Amino acid sequence: MQIQSMFFKERATEKLGDALLQGNMKKAKGKFVDGRARAVAEFGVWEELRTHAAKIRDRALDNLDAYLVEFERNATRRGAVVHWAESAEDACRIIVDIATRNGVRKVAKSKSMVSEEVNLNERLEAAGVQVVETDLGEYILQLAKEPPSHIVAPAVHKSKEQVAELFVQAHGKPRLTEIPAMTREAREALRDHFLTADMGISGSNFVIAETGTTLTVTNEGNADMVTTLPRIHCVITGIEKVIGTFEDFASLIRLLPRSAIGQTITNYLTLTTGMKMPGDTDGPEQMHIVLVDAGRTKLVGGDMQEMLRCIRCGACMNHCPVYQNVGGHAYGWVYPGPMGSILTPVYVGLENAGDLPNAATFCGECAVACPVKIPLPDLMRKLREQQFDRKLRPWAERMAIAGWSFMATRPALYALFAKVGARVGSWLGGREGLIHSLPGIDGWTKGRDMPAPAGRTFRELYKQRSREHG
Amino acid sequence: MKVGLFVTCLVDLARPGIGFAALKLLEGAGCEVVVPESQTCCGQPGYNSGGREVAKALARKVLAEFRDCDYVVAPSGSCSGQMKVATVHDLFKGEPDLPEFEALAAKWYELSQFLVEVLKVDKVPGRFDGTVTYHDSCSGLRELGVKMQPRYLLQMAGAKIAEMDGAERCCGFGGTFSIKLGDISTRMCENKCESVRATGAGAIVGGDLGCLLNIEGRLRRTGDRDTKVLHFAQVIAGEG
Repeated sequence: MQIQSMFFKERATEKLGDALLQGNMKKAKGKFVDGRARAVAEFGVWEELRTHAAKIRDRALDNLDAYLVEFERNATRRGAVVHWAESAEDACRIIVDIATRNGVRKVAKSKSMVSEEVNLNERLEAAGVQVVETDLGEYILQLAKEPPSHIVAPAVHKSKEQVAELFVQAHGKPRLTEIPAMTREAREALRDHFLTADMGISGSNFVIAETGTTLTVTNEGNADMVTTLPRIHCVITGIEKVIGTFEDFASLIRLLPRSAIGQTITNYLTLTTGMKMPGDTDGPEQMHIVLVDAGRTKLVGGDMQEMLRCIRCGACMNHCPVYQNVGGHAYGWVYPGPMGSILTPVYVGLENAGDLPNAATFCGECAVACPVKIPLPDLMRKLREQQFDRKLRPWAERMAIAGWSFMATRPALYALFAKVGARVGSWLGGREGLIHSLPGIDGWTKGRDMPAPAGRTFRELYKQRSREHG
Repeated sequence: MKVGLFVTCLVDLARPGIGFAALKLLEGAGCEVVVPESQTCCGQPGYNSGGREVAKALARKVLAEFRDCDYVVAPSGSCSGQMKVATVHDLFKGEPDLPEFEALAAKWYELSQFLVEVLKVDKVPGRFDGTVTYHDSCSGLRELGVKMQPRYLLQMAGAKIAEMDGAERCCGFGGTFSIKLGDISTRMCENKCESVRATGAGAIVGGDLGCLLNIEGRLRRTGDRDTKVLHFAQVIAGEG
């Protein structure tokens, strides 16, 4: 996916003016936030589970090398081939190689954000391979030629009517109005692809070290098809997805769907351990697992390692008031919302995504919602510190902070400036006490008045009072 | 009981009345209040802009100014979060002066928490006949647990509270965010104003001046000259 994150501010403004998108986002917000709240309330010991899950993820990340090697050993024992992709480029090359070596003409894919991250579809298509997305949301976006706007519900920005129009064009059938009928039509269109694909590509929510298992949660069952029907199955996922044991998985899977959309469990859990073995009635003849680094190891062992705990539930974006208003596309890359505001600058460079760590009021809703307790605002602040140290923010902003710092540490000077500021501000506010526009803070005054200062500072008035009262 | 009043830079500059309301409440409850003259800012604007060193310098300055107080009280959840949470959990973590900041954090209170939890006031000087709606500011709510305290105090003053939809949702202020990403900030604020309007309350009350200026600015820009925007200290001190 082309990185557009440097244009966050402009794109966000554009999205704020998109009435259709705004309507679609409003509908989605209630479903996610209320659904999760209900599921959490029903669960009872949610906080204890979050703490436990954070520990599970930390243990895996602290022992990442050992867990990954153990995973490779166990997966290999079951006939899978584990590939290590240091970069996005490596990941694509490995998978295109597998496809061309095996004469693959068609790939059926279940949802994988890592494949979006590395631009896999484009590369396969360039090699002459047809790629069919089989997750309903991804299928819709493939027809619309758009990237996902959410990591769990990729087409959340689309309305039912927009989808109906895409289906009319793609399927050449009469326009449908009801969602179940549309889903049925998509299933029918996809069935043939499942049966004729030479290779299935799936993502993986977790990979389990002790058994060599990869697993995918879906609500449509498409991952069951993708992982078993085609003669080759290829998994692509990030190295940080490894966990130690099945027991760990049992804990994490209680958090994931509840956090994502308030479901107690997803309709399907597709667990895949190796390829078709003698005696098995079905399954792929080859299984490849591509474990992607592409920037992840930069976070290991550093002060931002907590970010790698992420289990991709989307709760942070669902609860983020910035995301709720601008939608995922404004963020300009694969991962939107708070988690994306950290991962994008880390993976593609802080200089290419400078606004993202700043696209937060630090309201803290994401940190409260995160099932693995990632301190998302703190990590965004760390990125702001890097921007500050590397002088990556605009000159005017840096000067403003420098000026403020200079004065705030010099009380007498500060008092003088506050005194003058309070008077000038009060004068600017006029009789109604409102400043309608002010250069330098036009970001504020474009859509809001600035209530003017009262005229005299507290410290002046307090001094006067002390004099009067002795 | 010697109580240091941390006025906050915004109150000092823009709304000194909130500072005097806090003073009245504390003195009225029998506290000996001191207001160190050299105080400026808690350092949060620098901290959240990536200026860690200046945030630490200002935190040390605040520490020195309030060292000999039994308690420190601020009419702001945001500045209180900076001094109670950011210093201890981040800025001075693992450093030699951590114990001093832990001691400061332990005696530092947001105003409504101090009145309710420490002073345990059962009456307030102010009287407010009317309906208000309360905006929960993010830092106070999520970092400090300020939720029922200001509501309890407002009811003590006779105010009826009409809860708005999404009272806990951010108003879009976010310090420099409100200027850097002004369009998003304005939209978030408009969402908040919509919720305020829907309650029909005559006043929107909060505990952080930044949020209040933001909400007031949007209400006025959209033609609402009537809805009062008040800090709870003003209401319960009878200075609204």
